[in-house]
Amino acid sequence: MNIQTRPLADLSVALDPQVNPPGAVEPVTTAAVIAPRLLSPGLAISLAFLFVLLLAAAFPRAFTQFDPLIGDYALGLKPPSWKHLFGTDRLGRDVFARTIHGTRYSLLIGLGGMAISLAFGIVLGILAGQRNRFLDEATSRVFDVLSSFPGVLLAMLVVTFLGQGMLNIAIAVGIAGIPKFGRVIRAQTQLVRDADYVTHAVVYGLGRWQIFIRHVLPNVLVAVPVIATVYIGNTILAVSGLSFLGLGPQPPTPEWGVMLAESRDVLRVAWWPGVFPGLAITLTVIAFTLVGNAIQKRFEGRLA
Amino acid sequence: MTDKPYLVIPQPDDLLIDIEGLSIGFAGANGGTPIVRNFDLTIRRGECVALVGESGSGKSITARSLLNLSGDGAEVDADRFLIKGRNALQFREADWRKLRGTVTGLVMQDALVSLDPLRTIGQEVGEVLSAHRTLRGRHTVAARVTDVLRKVGIPDPEHRATQYAHQLSGGLRQRALIASAIAADPDLIIADEPTTSLDVTVQAQVLAVLAERVREGAGLLLISHDLAVVAGIADRVIVMRDGRIVDSGATADVLRRPRHPYTRQLLAAIPSADSKGHLLASARFDVASVEGDGAVGSVIVRERLPVRKPSDEALVLQVEGISKRYVQRRTAGREPSLPALDQVSFAVKAGEVVGIVGESGSGKSTCAKIVLGLLAPDEGEVRLLGQPWSGVAEAERRALRARLQYIPQDALSSFDPRYRVADVIAENLTGDARAKRDRIVALLDQVGLNAGHLGRYPRSLSGGQRQRVSIARALAAEPDIIVCDEPVSALDVSIQAQVLDLLSELQARLGTALLFISHDLGVVQHIADRVLVFHRGRIVESGPVDQVFSNPADDYTRALLSSIPAIESAFVRSSANAATAGLSTARSV
Repeated sequence: MNIQTRPLADLSVALDPQVNPPGAVEPVTTAAVIAPRLLSPGLAISLAFLFVLLLAAAFPRAFTQFDPLIGDYALGLKPPSWKHLFGTDRLGRDVFARTIHGTRYSLLIGLGGMAISLAFGIVLGILAGQRNRFLDEATSRVFDVLSSFPGVLLAMLVVTFLGQGMLNIAIAVGIAGIPKFGRVIRAQTQLVRDADYVTHAVVYGLGRWQIFIRHVLPNVLVAVPVIATVYIGNTILAVSGLSFLGLGPQPPTPEWGVMLAESRDVLRVAWWPGVFPGLAITLTVIAFTLVGNAIQKRFEGRLA
Repeated sequence: MTDKPYLVIPQPDDLLIDIEGLSIGFAGANGGTPIVRNFDLTIRRGECVALVGESGSGKSITARSLLNLSGDGAEVDADRFLIKGRNALQFREADWRKLRGTVTGLVMQDALVSLDPLRTIGQEVGEVLSAHRTLRGRHTVAARVTDVLRKVGIPDPEHRATQYAHQLSGGLRQRALIASAIAADPDLIIADEPTTSLDVTVQAQVLAVLAERVREGAGLLLISHDLAVVAGIADRVIVMRDGRIVDSGATADVLRRPRHPYTRQLLAAIPSADSKGHLLASARFDVASVEGDGAVGSVIVRERLPVRKPSDEALVLQVEGISKRYVQRRTAGREPSLPALDQVSFAVKAGEVVGIVGESGSGKSTCAKIVLGLLAPDEGEVRLLGQPWSGVAEAERRALRARLQYIPQDALSSFDPRYRVADVIAENLTGDARAKRDRIVALLDQVGLNAGHLGRYPRSLSGGQRQRVSIARALAAEPDIIVCDEPVSALDVSIQAQVLDLLSELQARLGTALLFISHDLGVVQHIADRVLVFHRGRIVESGPVDQVFSNPADDYTRALLSSIPAIESAFVRSSANAATAGLSTARSV
């Protein structure tokens, strides 16, 4: 796909009838080349899905009249019907209502963990990317140590220290994600640091700080939305995993991972209390990944 | 006895390529119009046909259509498309594959990326042979590889065959690439800008290798943007523009007695000693009679540059005995490290244009970096406006930074990708926003752009426009001296002419000194007052441009000058004021 489109764009640029007079306008820009491919059906569906997720997280009551926490024992484990779209769980709670209300927790913890990873990843990554051998070695070793533990294990370790709870699980997942972001930011910093435009800023007579604030930092941060969207799916998955293990929010909180854990006992008689939150996790991760990939493609040419 | 006249019947085999009415297009692109239209081409054995034109003229895509490598989705159509007498329009992919290497060999521009980094030169060259099963057996192939490597002038071929591309110099690498193209003895060699990234002396060697193949009976299709390269080797020249042939014929006719306006424009835009002191892009051909013998021919008339500000004797830049040696890694310790710069001294006076020429690795870039204060010399000292410049802290240099500006080769990468044209220039200005804006517009105006470009991103501008922005940025600081590092080497000849004109015009008006680094001697000859010839980190010769170029004292300078391909002019340089308008220099037929 790529191979085919690029030469076309270049040639139509080159075929400017005049010998490039000073005022000539190049007809095709990079954005124009990518734009038609930006909205593939998969991407459109993903974006729509994420939009609905956001709405569900913000206004869960607009989607369902049932309460996620209170159920009717008499109506326990009813299969999906028009009244209860996703059926009911053992305690007679509406699974659809719980899945919708769970969006808020899963997204919030996922985003919180992401924010923590990013904050530390950016600061440490930029430090590591400086021309200072010691700083680079020191921070890179921190990344090595952090990433030598499996993510979930590290998160469990952190939760063991901090205790259970939503904030703590976000911190746990956040710490586990630091090396991923840190390494990308470090590479990006090194790239920008050696770029010609930074050299040129020295020739302007800008000071080190000015160069850093004006040129290095913004061009390093260009990479952030890309890596963030690519990894947010992972983070949400990790949060659900930890909740499933009972390290996150506690029942009866309608968090997806918690719901999965609760459904385990009844899975042999009723598939719906487990399958629907599971689907929610899967679809969310896929949607974020697709959007992340699209953003990555969009930015690819501009990162250097 | 009847003497039968000896009839020369052209062997059908003699005609390698016979194409008429070729068009190449891409579905849906370019508004449905083909990119190459109505293209005719014939190539015979032992003939070199050159395809010249500026970037985007369609020359590469045309040449590649002979290998069916025009790109994915290319729609090739022709009234006649015969390769060795066979209709290539009906070829299947398998037919093309058989053709590549055996009938047609392709030599590409950049040998470093065209050669597989994980394979030795010997394997690379041998691959063509084994792919087509022309030779069997390891020893036969190896013998043939050595043979081919020797043929392209690679010394010690047995040893070189075991080396990888990165272990060879640029010239050897390009020759290895040629070797892989001719290994299976193709009838036709297609060389796409084979010497573009090479130094002039290496370029001369590579061209000689190609010429040798032609003498041995191969056909050569040479694609180049450099008319001078073509003039030396081609039998026929085809000038392309916008996918069409605008001019074609025997080399002597097309290049030495150019008739077509576009060809003339291209030729006149080439900087040289003759164009010195004049605007390149203003050149036009006029009919004139040469004084004395009354012969009618054409002359190139160019407008004069504005009168230059008289330069005073004040020294802007003093470079005294600087040396620089890069620390070598231990693994490469076999050869003693050569200093990148060795005891280099020179000075630049106010308002003077000093050219630096030299081949790659001669130390000119290192010198530029030291002058720019981006690199500290190991020895020696640089003074800017009489004040210490090298060896002081960056904070001390900062106050003087505005006096010394820089125009790099690749303008685009020197712009922050997030910045618009206005931001790029504003960064080099001080003052409040309103005054800045006016000044930016004035600067853009000065470099031939306008306020409409303020909000554009440099990446959406053409190469020439980007270099104009780069010049405007340098001028914004009102510097005393500008270091220009190969500022036009990435540009087409007509764009190069415009940018050079702009530079020299501004230089004349503002009296800014220029330190002009280039590998293109013609460019330096055109623009510089004095020239420094760099070789292996030393200045081997320096002096006024005319003197150095017409009367080189150093062996290396002489070798360098003799390697420059030139369009041997059938022009007699007219001695006097052939120009009636008073604004001319002239060469005549």
